[in-house]
Amino acid sequence: MRSVKNHFSLVIALLSILFSMQVFLIAERSIEAYKVNLAQNYSVIAVSKKQLEIDEILEINNIISDAKELSPDSVIERLSSDMRSANVELLKLTMPKFYKLSLTHYPTPDEVKNLKSDLLKSSSIKKVEDFSHTHDTTYKLLLLFKNVVTLFAIVVLIVTILLIIKELRIWQYKHNERMSIMGLFGAALWLRSAVLFRLAIVDALIAGFLAFGIFVYLSSSPWVLEQFDTIGINIVIFNQVDDFLLILGVAMSISILLASLIVLGHKEEV
Amino acid sequence: MDKVIIAKDLSLAYSSSETIINKVNFSIDSGSFVFITGASGSGKSTLLKSLYGALKPKHGSLVVGSVELRGVSRSRLNFLRRHIGIVFQDYKLVKEWSIDKNIMLPLLINGYVKSVANNQVDKLLKHVRLNHQSGKFPLELSGGEQQRVAMARALAHNPVLILADEPTGNLDEYSSQLIWNLLEGANSQLNTTVIVVTHNIPKNLNVDYKHFHIEYGSIHEVC
Repeated sequence: MRSVKNHFSLVIALLSILFSMQVFLIAERSIEAYKVNLAQNYSVIAVSKKQLEIDEILEINNIISDAKELSPDSVIERLSSDMRSANVELLKLTMPKFYKLSLTHYPTPDEVKNLKSDLLKSSSIKKVEDFSHTHDTTYKLLLLFKNVVTLFAIVVLIVTILLIIKELRIWQYKHNERMSIMGLFGAALWLRSAVLFRLAIVDALIAGFLAFGIFVYLSSSPWVLEQFDTIGINIVIFNQVDDFLLILGVAMSISILLASLIVLGHKEEV
Repeated sequence: MDKVIIAKDLSLAYSSSETIINKVNFSIDSGSFVFITGASGSGKSTLLKSLYGALKPKHGSLVVGSVELRGVSRSRLNFLRRHIGIVFQDYKLVKEWSIDKNIMLPLLINGYVKSVANNQVDKLLKHVRLNHQSGKFPLELSGGEQQRVAMARALAHNPVLILADEPTGNLDEYSSQLIWNLLEGANSQLNTTVIVVTHNIPKNLNVDYKHFHIEYGSIHEVC
């Protein structure tokens, strides 16, 4: 019971930090995945008075990943009912060429503006439709979500620092006396600090494995998976190797930092 | 006879403005039993602290064993403390450790193997008549019993010097007598130098002792 109590406070503090950090990572991944989705569905239409080579278009701006010429057939079909076939062929030759440009990523409003301006610099391109209104609305929504996540991360960071300071005070109180007594009997610094570092490492391991268990459970939970399916995002919620190593690394770093601060701040009782 | 402590022009102070012990000279023979007395606030505990390096000399020289404590390095101080047993009025036991582990502390610091240390702890618990309390924590014991644990810890590693700061100050008669017997035994049987800071020297002591008295920052031997 005494031993459980010794570990409880730091494990809970570490666990809350690790949980918040992983939630932040999941939110970041979701935003990135959503941006990829948006990029796949977003394209710019360029209208040229003459036929352009695809490579020629790709060179205009490096954000363009692909360009496809749109077939004018559907437009001509609507106009051709009252026309003779010779006129239809003539119309086909004189009609401007439409290109659908796919982009490497979901662009910022500035990138859209630059792209439009670069395209219009080409003597052949006469008009560009960038669907800026729809793009701006979506981009602002994404930006808002990203800002909320960043704000959440800052709050978590502040709470983390407060938790660490609180733990530091508790640990200083708990360990100072023992370290002083050990010092009175000639224990070297490493021996006086050994209990502290052992406790810190054990607590980091406990918190790391608890966080691992929680996220393995959550990442396979049907309810969680359903939520991601609903918004059409397919991401790795918890990578059992990379994320676990990150969690363990963060927990170890915080614990060891905490123990080091106590050792450095230790003043022997006189 | 070898000197275990030599103080020359020793001054001690907690701050630069107030000197507690002022340019005193004294020496203590190895294997002797010494009492240091004085009124409250005279500086007797301060002098004792300086002997285990918790307070560095402000002026002069203080040699304990072979270690000069003025400007002593941390590693030399640790070396010295590994050969000293200290008993405090407030026991200074680690509350979250069992009494067995508290007694074992100096043994582990001195590099004893765990099995040897365990045997030594068992012997010491019997020696201080606390073998029935093995495994308990300090706060589960009475004040007298805690001081006996502290005494066992001070004796555990067969130190060459035992420093005791009012070791019976808060104890009942039975526990006090037991502590004096243990200190006497260490001195007479193991030839350990014992220095005790106290208000009252016990009357029924069975060893020869020296008596130093501290007054107005000076120390003098009482014949």
